[in-house]
Amino acid sequence: MLTATPIILTGAGAFIGLLASAFAKDAFFAQHMAILAIILTIATVILLKRFQFSSPAQIQRREEAARSVYMDDVIRWGVIATAFWGVVGFLVGVIAAAQLAWPELNIQPYLNFGRLRPLHTSAVVFAFCGSALITTAFYVVQRTCRARLWGGNLAWFVFWGYQLFIVMAATGYLLGITQSKEYAEPEWYVDLWLTIVWVAFLMVYVGTIVKRNEPHIYVANWFFLSFIVTIAMLHIVNGLSMPVSLLGSKSYSAFGGVQDALTQWWYGHNAVGFFLTAGFLGMMYYFVPKQADRPIYSYRLSIIHFWGLIFLYIWAGPHHLHFTALPDWAQTLGMVFSIMLWMPSWGGMINGLLTLQGAWDKVRTDPILRMMVISLAFYGMSTFEGPVMSIKTVNSLSHYTDWTIGHVHSGALGWNGMITFAALYFLTPRLWNRERLYSLRMVNWHFWLATLGIVIYAAVMWVSGITQGLMWREYDAQGYLVYSFAESVAALHPYYVMRVFAGLLYLSGALIMAFNLFMTIRGKQRIEAPLRNSPAPINDKPVVAQPAQ
Amino acid sequence: MANLTHRFLEKHKKLERNVSLLFVFSLLAVLVGGIVEIAPLFYLENTIEKVKGMRPYSPLELAGRNIYVREGCYVCHSQMIRPFRDEVERYGNYSLAAESMYDRPFQWGSKRTGPDLARVGGRYSNEWHVQHLTDPQSVVPESIMPKYGFLTEQALDVRDPAAHLIANRRVSVPYTDDMIENASADMKVQAEIDGDWDDLLARYPKAVVGDFDGDPKRLTEMDALVAYLQMVGTLVDFSTYEPDLSSR
Repeated sequence: MLTATPIILTGAGAFIGLLASAFAKDAFFAQHMAILAIILTIATVILLKRFQFSSPAQIQRREEAARSVYMDDVIRWGVIATAFWGVVGFLVGVIAAAQLAWPELNIQPYLNFGRLRPLHTSAVVFAFCGSALITTAFYVVQRTCRARLWGGNLAWFVFWGYQLFIVMAATGYLLGITQSKEYAEPEWYVDLWLTIVWVAFLMVYVGTIVKRNEPHIYVANWFFLSFIVTIAMLHIVNGLSMPVSLLGSKSYSAFGGVQDALTQWWYGHNAVGFFLTAGFLGMMYYFVPKQADRPIYSYRLSIIHFWGLIFLYIWAGPHHLHFTALPDWAQTLGMVFSIMLWMPSWGGMINGLLTLQGAWDKVRTDPILRMMVISLAFYGMSTFEGPVMSIKTVNSLSHYTDWTIGHVHSGALGWNGMITFAALYFLTPRLWNRERLYSLRMVNWHFWLATLGIVIYAAVMWVSGITQGLMWREYDAQGYLVYSFAESVAALHPYYVMRVFAGLLYLSGALIMAFNLFMTIRGKQRIEAPLRNSPAPINDKPVVAQPAQ
Repeated sequence: MANLTHRFLEKHKKLERNVSLLFVFSLLAVLVGGIVEIAPLFYLENTIEKVKGMRPYSPLELAGRNIYVREGCYVCHSQMIRPFRDEVERYGNYSLAAESMYDRPFQWGSKRTGPDLARVGGRYSNEWHVQHLTDPQSVVPESIMPKYGFLTEQALDVRDPAAHLIANRRVSVPYTDDMIENASADMKVQAEIDGDWDDLLARYPKAVVGDFDGDPKRLTEMDALVAYLQMVGTLVDFSTYEPDLSSR
């Protein structure tokens, strides 16, 4: 329901952006505020064009909105945004990977690798995964609470406010506006904006739970709630900084050196722990039982691994700083907790996988469920690899190398990507009232392209990372270092080329998904032979003798 | 035991039905780790070694460091040498916490697509740096670094360097009034040839002075970046430094 408030807010925002641009203290802030003013002006014009003074059509729409229990329009937009940012994030990733293989592809200054890589990581983590989280959180909380989203248009503010954050962050990186803290690159004013949006998100979420029509708060909501609360805490503390001017883009971090380092990795590691794990476990706890049509395997396990996970994750940050100038006690503490973290992580995986008890046959015929299974498998794999890499001896080899990059990608592409794709395939037909997806065979293609892409990516980065680490520490019989740094760079070229190929596989899968979702939304159904509905082949019988009747 | 589990589950049911309790308990659970790990770093005295020679960045070095930050150099270059034989031989003495105490933000990095830069200061000539930044492959054929020639074209923003020092002082970097008053002059004089550097060097010992980018007439972003790179990791004199073995 469109009211005058958003028009006034966007219009006022555009005007403030214009003023800030005119009075800016540095060129970067002037450019960035001009971009903001243009975006908000366009938004205002669009809103104005859609505004109608209580016409019959609007009254009718209001009646319809009041009748439908759930607020799903914002979720429909969220599905589209998630698919869009996924394709963008993967595309920028492929470009960045190609720049490492062929440095001529850097275009100075705006498209140099140093500016594109934060764009890639933010596009995937915050734009793609973040949109997926907001979208699914809104969907799940309404269904499991049997209540419409609290706060009316506030949910729209959360969605579009978050999209504005993404665009401001992304354009900032390309202009060179960055705090240079990994995964927390946006400057102070973009950070402040995100804080406002995030608090609104928390209000909508908690408000909906408060007015629920179910006595019990479903487990998915515990994870979503913890994700929202903890991200707010991490973002505010790590973002503390002193702007040079309120009309300038530059700020200096509130902490310096070793304190800044640990605050940053406390944030950075738990961006993984709460953004990419707790939030996504919330998705898992809703969509896996739904798609498998089975209840969650163990209620007790979900309690134990929820509290175990959120308590232990926070401690693991220092494993990013092994052998640095961080005091040893903090490093050791980080390592010990990282290893313990393996248990609650696998608790989540086991609870997800065993939910399929009695429904394993569906993995053969349902590519969406198969995506969920592989995503849990990758979750299990990378949450095993993580503790291994946090052991100081292993870390002395793996740190600073491509091994870390491979590890992150098996988690992000395997776990976060796959479960998000599955959720999008689940949501689209339901949200647009379509009988089925446009094509299930395309989902199957997507599954295999993505899986192949991840497997190649991870394998190539293992080889590349270990090669790198071993070359750096290789000594000859006389006690001299064998390789110059440049030689180790040259040795990695073939792996960097293979990585581009792996990225292309994953990207092409996402493009197929985008097309599939687009056609589904348009109401089309591809005429195709059903996906393996035949019974198991005759010779596919157990080898062992059957017990006598 | 079974009885205990049962009682625990009954208690937990309260959390499952009360969003305020769930909110409070989950917040408490995530507060502990951060407080235990981060807070002591601010008061344990042996966290940062007591060393001679550390000083805040000169205005030109700070501007150069801001360009380093802006271009995302940390994405490929660490500034943190670990205490391993190969790293110490390759890059120099392992990094001390004290050496980055005025770094806001820290630039330790997490990936070495290129080599560590913690002690790059003084290793190469200014000309080498300018040539390398302009066209890395012309100096190191195997390099996959992007080109940064545009820094030579871009004039350095000299409008208000004092504001940057003041912002740093607000987050407790020890810039003196003297440093802040002379920020503009210090920024310009550092990159002059035959400038009057005495006051600058008194305020910022070991600052590298002179023209950096090959064009003494203009103060460019290249000047600032090279001025920064030439001093990184040079402030502590390791010929006289003795580690306090009890602190690590």
